[in-house]
Amino acid sequence: MTHTVLIVDDSKLARIVVGKALVALQPEWKRLEAGNADDALALMTVEAVDVAIVDFNMPGRNGLELAEDIRKQFPTMLIALATANVQDEIIAQARALNATFVPKPITEEGLKGFLSGAALKLRQRG
Amino acid sequence: MSTPAVDLSELEHDALTELVNIGVSRAAASLRNMVGEQVTLSVPSVEVVSRKAAAILIHEREAGELVAVRQDFEGAFSGRALLIFPQSNSLALVKAVTGDELAAVEVEAMESEALSETGNVVLNGCLATMANMLRRPLTMSLQQVLRGDGALFFELAERTDDNGVVLFLYINFSISGRDIRGYIAMLMDLPSLEALKVLIGEFIERVMGVDDLGALA
Repeated sequence: MTHTVLIVDDSKLARIVVGKALVALQPEWKRLEAGNADDALALMTVEAVDVAIVDFNMPGRNGLELAEDIRKQFPTMLIALATANVQDEIIAQARALNATFVPKPITEEGLKGFLSGAALKLRQRG
Repeated sequence: MSTPAVDLSELEHDALTELVNIGVSRAAASLRNMVGEQVTLSVPSVEVVSRKAAAILIHEREAGELVAVRQDFEGAFSGRALLIFPQSNSLALVKAVTGDELAAVEVEAMESEALSETGNVVLNGCLATMANMLRRPLTMSLQQVLRGDGALFFELAERTDDNGVVLFLYINFSISGRDIRGYIAMLMDLPSLEALKVLIGEFIERVMGVDDLGALA
C-alpha cells in the first residue's frame, strides 16, 4: 500500500535532501512538500498524509507548534521533528507530542530508524 | 543601495541559510548546557549588503551600550563572528553561566572571563559546524571582549565611505526564564564571499547530486 509523506521545511535545499533520502528508503511512498506550517496544514486537509517530517526553525510557526496543531487534527499521524538544535527542552517537547527527533543535517542513515518504525506502524494499522 | 558585485543565487542563499541554521542550532544547544535554560533562536537572516547598509543595520538593531565577544576566522574564506548582548544583560548572563552561586562582587570580577568563554563555545561551535559541512578547515582567533556600539565591533565606522559589499548574517536569541537576549552576527568581505559561493556550490552538489542540479536548472 502506498503511503504519503509530507516534508515541511522553509529551505528548498533541505526539502530536496529529505526527498532524496526518502527515494532511497521508501521509493513507493508519495512525497509532498510545504515551505511553512500554514501550507502544511492546508495540504493535510486536501491530501491524506500518513507521515510528516517537520523542520524546527521556520519563519512563522516553528516545527513544534506545527506538530501540536497536527496532533489536534490528526492524532495518529506519524511525525518527525528535524533539527540540529538538540536542547533537552526541545527534545522533551517533541517526545510529549509523540514526535520522533531526527538530527539535521538529514541523512539517509539519520532518517532510516524513523521511517522503518513508521512503515511498521502503518502496516499494523492496515 | 549599491548593487552587489557578487550575488548568491536563490538556491545558494537557501543553502547558506540552512548551513548557518544548523551551525547556530548546535551552538544554541551548547549554550543551553552552559546556562541550564532553553535558548530560543530566530530564523537566520543572510544578506549581501554594502558596508554602509551593514553599519546602519547594526545601529538600528541596538542603540544602547553593547558588549560583544569577537572571534575572527581564516581559511578558504575569512571574516568575523560576534556574540553581542546589551551591556545591561551581561551580568545576568555571567550569573546564568556560573550557576547563580557567586556573590555579586565575584560576578563582576568574573564578567569578562565568563563572557569570553561563553562566546568561545557559541562562536566556535557555530563556525566549526559550518566548516565541517563545507569541508574546509577554519582557523579561529582567540576571542576578544569588546564594549561600545555595533559599528565599532565590525570596524565599520571608519569605512562608511567604502562602497564595497559584505555578507552579513545575524540571528537573534533569548534565554528563557532570564532577562537575556542578544544576537550572533557574522561578517565577510567580498573575496570571502566569492570563495564561499564556490564552496556552497560544492556543498549543494554533494547533498543533491549533479543530476538533480541539471533537472532544476
